[in-house]
Amino acid sequence: MSIRIDRQRCIGCGKCAEICPGNLIVIDEDKKAFIRDPRDCWGCAACVKECTFQAIQYFLGADIGGKGTIMYVKKENNLLYWFFKKPNGEKEVIVQNPNDNTTY
Amino acid sequence: MNFEVKMLKTDVLIIGGGTAGCFAAVTIAEKAPNVSVLIAEKANIKRSGCLAAGVNALNAYITEGETPETYLQYVKEDYENIVREDLVYTMALRLNEVTKKIEDMGLVILKDSNGKYLARGKRNIKINGENIKPILAKAVESKKNIRVLNHVNIIDYIVKGSKVIGAHGFSINSNVFYIIIAKAVICATGGAAGLYRPNNPGFSRHKMWYPPFNVGSGYAMGIRAGCEMTSYEVRFIALRCKDTLAPTGTIAQEVKAEFINSKGEYYEKRYGRPTTYNRVFSTVEEMKAGRGPCYLKTVGISKEDEQRLIKAYLHMAPSQTLKWIDSGRGPSVENVEIEGSEPYIVGGHSASGYWVDTKRQTTLKGLFAAGDVVGGCPHKYVTGCFAEAEIAANSALKYIKDKEFETIDISSIEQKLNEVQRFFTNTSPLYTTEELEEAMQKVMDVYAGGISTGYAYNLKGLQVAKERIDELFTLAQRLRAEDTYQLMKIYELIDRLYVCKVLLHHLEARKETRWRAFQEFVDYPYKDDENFLKYVNSRFENGQVKIIFRSLVKKDEVYEHKD
Ligand SMILES: Cc1cc2nc3c(=O)[nH]c(=O)nc-3n(C[C@H](O)[C@H](O)[C@H](O)COP(=O)(O)OP(=O)(O)OC[C@H]3O[C@@H](n4cnc5c(N)ncnc54)[C@H](O)[C@@H]3O)c2cc1C
Ligand code: SF4
Ligand code: SF4
Repeated sequence: MSIRIDRQRCIGCGKCAEICPGNLIVIDEDKKAFIRDPRDCWGCAACVKECTFQAIQYFLGADIGGKGTIMYVKKENNLLYWFFKKPNGEKEVIVQNPNDNTTY
Repeated sequence: MNFEVKMLKTDVLIIGGGTAGCFAAVTIAEKAPNVSVLIAEKANIKRSGCLAAGVNALNAYITEGETPETYLQYVKEDYENIVREDLVYTMALRLNEVTKKIEDMGLVILKDSNGKYLARGKRNIKINGENIKPILAKAVESKKNIRVLNHVNIIDYIVKGSKVIGAHGFSINSNVFYIIIAKAVICATGGAAGLYRPNNPGFSRHKMWYPPFNVGSGYAMGIRAGCEMTSYEVRFIALRCKDTLAPTGTIAQEVKAEFINSKGEYYEKRYGRPTTYNRVFSTVEEMKAGRGPCYLKTVGISKEDEQRLIKAYLHMAPSQTLKWIDSGRGPSVENVEIEGSEPYIVGGHSASGYWVDTKRQTTLKGLFAAGDVVGGCPHKYVTGCFAEAEIAANSALKYIKDKEFETIDISSIEQKLNEVQRFFTNTSPLYTTEELEEAMQKVMDVYAGGISTGYAYNLKGLQVAKERIDELFTLAQRLRAEDTYQLMKIYELIDRLYVCKVLLHHLEARKETRWRAFQEFVDYPYKDDENFLKYVNSRFENGQVKIIFRSLVKKDEVYEHKD
């Protein structure tokens, strides 16, 4: 379980570092975010949701059955778009409306 | 590291800005707008603690046809009568009112066409809870008299006589050392994970159910300050989805999935009453008998139900959703494999934590507690933590009336600062913090009933564990930190060692087996009501853990600390 930060996309805003419940993310001299140790990630996805540049990819470690799909999130008009990208390029998206009071 | 020392004063200091901490702060701010409140939180209150990812049900609610009395009855039965009835009952009385409060703050609670909350079982209601923590944080930020210190790790209370008058801590991303003086302190640091070898000790070592960042600091601070503690032996082992350790309740309750073994047999009923501990125990037994792996039987559910489940987990445990999508096999075509977690110490699910009076004051004056850090009151969950936070907040407010700030002894502060500084000046240690943490987890796993022994332990093993933990204390004193993050890691290890030490004494003191798996003492394999219908409590005095047995406290009693 962990995250990978795409240095191309990261602009070093520091939001992910601010939010991580484990203080796991830091911004380096090049103004890019990095995770101190990928083994320390809890997998809460707080940083993934916080990054407005989709620079943080969330994945399952091979030790817990991961097969290479990555997940990232886009927030728009109060909706959460959860993207899943499989190793073969296939994409899936789930839209979540936090204010929907009829289904979960 | 040269610390810049900052001294702050606040009427009420709240340690830990999680579920209970935030709710306590808001309660005080609303009732007493002139009282200053300071929350010291090791991460950022917007996403810290148990609620970081969100939740999709409020597990403690009095639904139609139920009463606070029936809630108490359920908790008593589930935990074999060793609960503080006064605490459970006073919590249960407030469950619905605090639910209304969080709804007013903005939490979406699902409703039926008549506008009634949708129940998910006898005691749960469904919510859209991905954003529950940001909602709480917003409520905190809207109050002018609450100040929040994010990224500050508190390490100890400041004690004067038998009174707590503040706490020390340090910033994780700067070189500030804080001395916080307060008229009253509320501890709300949650429970403890990472004491035992975790389920996925390799790359995914932190993929646990309980947050790996809740290390039991609140327990450890209390232990060091001499507070009485209760029921550490009532460990909590969570039955969870394999690999992701995601909660199973949503699957079990939403699609009525039952447990089956590898032969497809429904095994739960073979093991007596379906209590929380018995579900774990029965699964462990099936595995031991070679009938594992065990599953929640979901094959055959409709595609719509499958889609609902996949979406539901995004509210709470996104790793499980990813697992289904990544494997390409959702719950309608593949049963969900389950496993027991490493043992945790967590008062919100089982009973371990601070020994408090009915008002939620600990045995030290001026120190109150709420949430997973409080013992004696299982099945609290989110709303129970809110209820307890309200009670603690009200008690703290009463306590500070007409109180002045105490003066502090500067030499004690210097001493503390030196103790902390030493970790920056220690030279060439042989071990790293990480290595000692692994050593601790291995000792607990092998000798104190971890996953590898099917949670069972015996007297001899506990003695070995005690010795090894004491050795690790010595080694930990020689660790070196290069920055304040590493310093926090050292304190996390030391705090966990304190919790382990007390836990080992509790495991040894309860000479029976009452909650299978949770407390599985091989030398005393049966329940012994004659001698053990009581709480096992302890106090840390002069470096020793002293065990105290106390008689059960009943529902309508108002418990006060006397001795
Ligand atoms: C994954 C998961 C799912 C759950 N699902 C549900 C559910 O669906 N429904 C339900 O009702 N309940 C659920 N629960 C239970 C419920 O969330 C918890 O019982 C409750 O949130 C605990 O609240 P707390 O305030 O005691 O701890 P937390 O909310 O964890 O707060 C503790 C806080 O203290 C901080 N802290 C710790 N040490 C220090 C220190 N030394 N200095 C400063 N700060 C510190 C932490 O960072 C954290 O913010 C779930 C729990 C987990 C872990
Ligand atoms: S939030 Fe995104 S863009 Fe900002 S620092 Fe983190 S990874 Fe980079
Ligand atoms: S997923 Fe959670 S624990 Fe992991 S790095 Fe992001 S915020 Fe931190």
